[in-house]
Amino acid sequence: MRGALPHALPENGGFLRVRFGEEMGTNDRKKIRNDVILAVVLLLLAAAAMLFWQLQKTEGDFAVVLIDGVETARYALDTDTEVEIITDGGGTNTLVIRDGEAFVETANCPDLVCAGHRAISRVGETIVCLPHKLVIKIAASTDAGGVDMAA
Amino acid sequence: MQGKAKRLTFLGLAAAVALILSYVEMLLPPILTAVPGIKIGLPNIVIIFLLYRFGIKDAAAVSVVRLAAVTLLFGNPVMLIYSTAGAALSLALMALCKKCGLFSAVGVSIVGGVMHNLGQILVAMLLLETAEIGYYMIVLAVSGTVAGVFIGLCGIALLKAMKNVRF
Repeated sequence: MRGALPHALPENGGFLRVRFGEEMGTNDRKKIRNDVILAVVLLLLAAAAMLFWQLQKTEGDFAVVLIDGVETARYALDTDTEVEIITDGGGTNTLVIRDGEAFVETANCPDLVCAGHRAISRVGETIVCLPHKLVIKIAASTDAGGVDMAA
Repeated sequence: MQGKAKRLTFLGLAAAVALILSYVEMLLPPILTAVPGIKIGLPNIVIIFLLYRFGIKDAAAVSVVRLAAVTLLFGNPVMLIYSTAGAALSLALMALCKKCGLFSAVGVSIVGGVMHNLGQILVAMLLLETAEIGYYMIVLAVSGTVAGVFIGLCGIALLKAMKNVRF
């Protein structure tokens, strides 16, 4: 490139300077370096958090149903069952427990994010239905049920 | 057209473009159904442009108009709480990052993307009174960074293309 078109390239700055402008700071190598550092640090932080979360999670014992932050029911994961959860304003979500995993089979919420969520079975995993203010989370039997809600 | 009228006209146009980009983003299929909330953040191209060419006040004004219009047209009040938290935190931190002079528009946009997601997760934690959904933030930090790079490059391209337009 440089050999073929020496006049097209500025002394310093290179590709980004040619493509973009001055006022955005992209001709400043330090700023581009800082951008890269920022992105790498964020990705490393996420990777570390992911690793930590994967290592510390264990299989849970209960699927706990929280409506508007308040526990309304809990179902043992070792018993297959199917329940319809009814929330304020006529919202319904069908919670299914099968093979030690909990998932939402159907719901009448507008976005159906909860129904698209994969099955959960490990402590701390959640399925959230924002429109119905419903959270289904997995807890271990050692958890004090309903006592430590705000933690 | 002169001065103020020209600026105001352009800002109105920018708000319209941001609104259209919000709509286009809604039409795109979800990237990962397991984690809701992963978005490219197309309207942020407009906000980045305004932040660099007009300043934080005008960027905030256009952001408010976009949020109001999106809520009226496609959303509901609960969604407004989420999007306002995301947009406000994102814009505030982007302005700060631009001011400190350490990053280019790409870095600023990365901060915007991640902070937008963080704002929404914090609101979800408050509204649902459940701290556990914080783990979504891991995935959303990655998606915010990747989206931020893309949006930042788009923003720079737009700034470059509009370089000779005077307001």
